[in-house]
Amino acid sequence: MPQLSLYLIRSSLIYFVAGFSIGMLLLWQKGAYISAEIWKLLPLHLELLTFGWIIQLVMGVAFWILPRFSRSPQRGNEALVWFAFVSLNIGVLLVGFQNLLPLSAIWGLIGRMLEFLAVLAFATNAWRRIKPFAE
Amino acid sequence: MPKITRWHLKIGLIYFIASLFLAVLFRLQPFTSITPQIHTFRPVYYHMLMVGWMTQIIIGVSIWMFPRLTRENPRGSEVLNWLTFYCLNIGLLLRIASEPFISLGSPSHLFSYLLFFSGILQWLAAISYATNIWRRIKPK
Repeated sequence: MPQLSLYLIRSSLIYFVAGFSIGMLLLWQKGAYISAEIWKLLPLHLELLTFGWIIQLVMGVAFWILPRFSRSPQRGNEALVWFAFVSLNIGVLLVGFQNLLPLSAIWGLIGRMLEFLAVLAFATNAWRRIKPFAE
Repeated sequence: MPKITRWHLKIGLIYFIASLFLAVLFRLQPFTSITPQIHTFRPVYYHMLMVGWMTQIIIGVSIWMFPRLTRENPRGSEVLNWLTFYCLNIGLLLRIASEPFISLGSPSHLFSYLLFFSGILQWLAAISYATNIWRRIKPK
């Protein structure tokens, strides 16, 4: 497993545990009233588990297992995927915490734009690796 | 494919079918005599899809496909693997059995307790899975 996949997958696991921890608080709030303030964590719960956990994990596994090129660099342009990793994680944190802190709505927009750029960079590199193994 | 993976994938497929069946019922409701209260199952539907199906197949496939921990102990702690399986699925079932009744305003405390334990069990599943798989995320 390449170093970059290691970072992507381990980061996704951190979001997984954080997202499930918030989910537990939300369930407790549903069953027995704790504080209405807990509902403010719902957008963070969704962001951590959708983009932080599932999407990031898929990116990490895809970078690892998609067919490689016969010549170096075998996994394509790693700089693009490093950019995707950094950009996605800053984006997740900005979007997730924008309502909570609270930050101006512009930070939520910047976060989503960073997530979009991360997906664009990742897809650009992955596209060429979607090929028969032999080529 | 190890036994633990087969269990995750087969139970995951059952959740996949059940969640899409619920999705059909939501759309059928305006045209039939199905009670509008069916919509109280929406959070359950979403979590059957995202936890029961998506998260469960991710867990099952990663236990199978991720780099082996060691030759003698390829999948790490089997106890943690099975703990993850039981906690995730019992936790989700407790949610399915309790959340709609709370949404309908049931005065029974039983459903609150079930939801409380559902939260703990699913959280334990996340902790046990992350702890065990973490060591297998490494160069081959």
